[in-house]
Amino acid sequence: MNKTIALECRGITKTFGRVVANRNCDLDVYEGEILAILGENGSGKTTLMNMVAGIYFPDEGQIFVKGEEVVIASPRDAFAHKIGMIHQHFKLVDVFTACENIALGVEDKGRFKLAEVRKKVIEITQRYGFIIDPDKRVAEMSVSEKQTVEILKVLYRGADILILDEPTAVLTPQETEKLFAVLRRMREDGKSVIIITHKMHEVLSISDRVAVLRKGEHIGTVNTAETDASALTEMMMGVKVELNIQRSQPRDPQERLTVKNLTSVNPEGRPMLADVSFTAYSGEILGIAGIAGSGQRELLEAIAGLHSLTGGEITYVNPKDGHVENLRNKIPIQIRDLGVRLSFVPEDRLGMGLVGNMDIVDNMMLRSYSKGKGMFLHRKEPRDLAQTIIEDLQVVTPGASTPVRQLSGGNVQKVLVGREIAAAPSVLMAAYPVRGLDVNASYTIYNLLNRQKESGVAVIFVGEDLDVLMELCDRILVINAGRVTGIVDGRTAQKDEIGLLMTKSHDANETEAGEGA
Amino acid sequence: MAKTETKKHTPLLHIVKRDQGSLTWYNRLLVRGIAILAALLVAGVLITLLTGKNPIQVYGSMVSGVFGSPRRIWNMLQGLAMLLCVSLAVTPAFKMKFWNIGAEGQVLISGLACVATMMFLGDKMPTVVLLLVMTAASVLAGMIWAVLPAVFKAYWNTNETLFTLMMNYVATQLVAYFLKVFVKDGSGVLTPMPQYGLPVLGNQAYLLNILLVALLTVLVYVYLKYSKQGYEIAVVGESENTARYIGINVKKVIIRTLLVSGAMCGLAGLLLVGGTNHTISTTTVGGRGFTAIMVSWLAKFNPLYMVLTSFLVIFLEKGAQQVSTDFRISSSISDIITGIILLFIIGCEFFLQYRVVMRKNRKENA
Repeated sequence: MNKTIALECRGITKTFGRVVANRNCDLDVYEGEILAILGENGSGKTTLMNMVAGIYFPDEGQIFVKGEEVVIASPRDAFAHKIGMIHQHFKLVDVFTACENIALGVEDKGRFKLAEVRKKVIEITQRYGFIIDPDKRVAEMSVSEKQTVEILKVLYRGADILILDEPTAVLTPQETEKLFAVLRRMREDGKSVIIITHKMHEVLSISDRVAVLRKGEHIGTVNTAETDASALTEMMMGVKVELNIQRSQPRDPQERLTVKNLTSVNPEGRPMLADVSFTAYSGEILGIAGIAGSGQRELLEAIAGLHSLTGGEITYVNPKDGHVENLRNKIPIQIRDLGVRLSFVPEDRLGMGLVGNMDIVDNMMLRSYSKGKGMFLHRKEPRDLAQTIIEDLQVVTPGASTPVRQLSGGNVQKVLVGREIAAAPSVLMAAYPVRGLDVNASYTIYNLLNRQKESGVAVIFVGEDLDVLMELCDRILVINAGRVTGIVDGRTAQKDEIGLLMTKSHDANETEAGEGA
Repeated sequence: MAKTETKKHTPLLHIVKRDQGSLTWYNRLLVRGIAILAALLVAGVLITLLTGKNPIQVYGSMVSGVFGSPRRIWNMLQGLAMLLCVSLAVTPAFKMKFWNIGAEGQVLISGLACVATMMFLGDKMPTVVLLLVMTAASVLAGMIWAVLPAVFKAYWNTNETLFTLMMNYVATQLVAYFLKVFVKDGSGVLTPMPQYGLPVLGNQAYLLNILLVALLTVLVYVYLKYSKQGYEIAVVGESENTARYIGINVKKVIIRTLLVSGAMCGLAGLLLVGGTNHTISTTTVGGRGFTAIMVSWLAKFNPLYMVLTSFLVIFLEKGAQQVSTDFRISSSISDIITGIILLFIIGCEFFLQYRVVMRKNRKENA
């Protein structure tokens, strides 16, 4: 290859306390290429890129830009070397327009002229085929539009090396394709694009080369054209793994939980759920798909009794005696007192499902502390339960009295899921239960859910990876802007079909505009 | 060009968070020991520079001020008990992350209730009944003063910090008003009424206070650690979302906890007025309501550690008073010493949480 190297990292090491985030990492990126950085959660992809972007400072190692050694101690230094990063969490001012956000923080000499900024922004959008209204306010934008503004911000400052951290996590399949088209155009323009991801099919479709990280180390960089998914997985995991989910046919499905015309508003009065209806059956996994923030969280929290509803019914059929209970506007304790065995693994593990500063035993007690006589706590049962879960689910922890905050993401989730399953639920709801977990831990969780399904539990699973949803779930409910846009069969549904449902009705015009680009 | 320019940007040192449990207990003790030594050294240099006195003698006078005679020891224990009592009182609220900075007012208003009972009912009922009424009045007053901001917080999410702070001024002004109206000679100073005070045990004026606070310490420790209500306080404090998730009634817990907290402030008011001063002034609480917050935080809300942290504060306070009498230097000097020592002790917590990494010479092997 006679391309020039745009960015080169040599021997980068970064540690946080005892944790080694990156060890002796080497990496190089050419001009005019798209490099994918692939690795499991916690393999040090983001940390490595944060050091290039000036968020962290490496303990050891050197960074070269166009062959010159540079020291990048702040994002400002990074921009001086034409490096820009688009983070997972957007940093935009809601009340400003796209243009104003882009102009923010750029220190041009002389008077600030918004009209010139606007002209330049339009020039960039036309050059790379972005679809954005420069005068739209961020507050009115969809997630993908906000992402576009972030990318424009970086391009506006003249970045030649763009780093995107998991850009597709918040996008539908269609939006992802649009983004990839833009990235390809940037490559043709001679820019270097680094895309961090853990989704295999995206790596294969967009990148020229793939750099694989494992446990903070750079395992190797390969040409995408010369590799395939299984070879990359092996590099990523270190061992050959067979990853598939056993999906059995639902046995004797019975109506368990019925939601009818559910409507709710958030404290500001904005509608969160509109007219949601579905039924969850025993012995099946009902998946819920949708763009992040479409009402998945609100739906589960409403069922669990954490939100008051403005309309609709939630009914539960007791598997023992067929008794029907109405759960509407009942708080969790009332629901439990009715004999409804409803378990809930919330999205926010340490902020809702568990208390980070408490140890495993005290976290086991969350569900059961009020049981038993007297004003004092009974710690024996929770202590036994903690021990059982640690052994059965192979939780890696120094002991049952370790604060859960100190456990890794996967182990935190095992503690939470373990506790919720230990309650012998007849309905089990799980919101993004594998977010942030490595492949092995994810499959442990899938298996646990599957086992619950096989033992006759009605499982409701909110997921973000459509491939997993289609492999795991019997039926998939698609939600958009708080409305159910369709319920499809998990075995026969097509990804495109789900993708379209994910954006149905709310931005139909935009999708068409996108096709035209 | 870029090279020489950016080199300057390399940070000289950066700060790295320590691992949990990476420091052994004796290392932690060592860090704290070094902090105290360093504080004494810095304060010593300052004393010599500003007053020309020998710092060793100054420190000796501090120790003698605290332990020098049985009377001084009793005084120290009494001061310790009073501060500890208020610290225990604020702890449940703080553990729930309810920033109650109104203990000063809650204690003062209980003291007012107590003194009013002594004044108006003292000669109208038998001693035992009077003691019960005094206790009830004090505790009730403390509870009312604490629960008002709690109710507003629970139902309308008002800012408890401002609310409790403002309640302090109301309490102070009520006491001033009381003294103006009911002290007949117009001096504004109420003559002590020891005849209506709490009983004296074994000829030691402060023994009852000290014993009651010792008992309270154990009770609060058990309440927070082993009771269901204590568990609820911890959950609400850590995360209101978790509390809602498991069905804790957060409003109820906030109100109930502040009732408990206020009742303990009421007890502190009773002990201060009924058990110690037998009178009241606007400065009876003397800032304990605020110092207590520091005592409670320093002890990480553990009632048993609070004995130590209260002792530290009282030691500095009594010792510093002795220094100003012995050396006839302005009491500001003793305030400076106290400030320096506290700064170092609180500051060393930083080094227990973080370590500092100096810039290494970067390898030039490219």
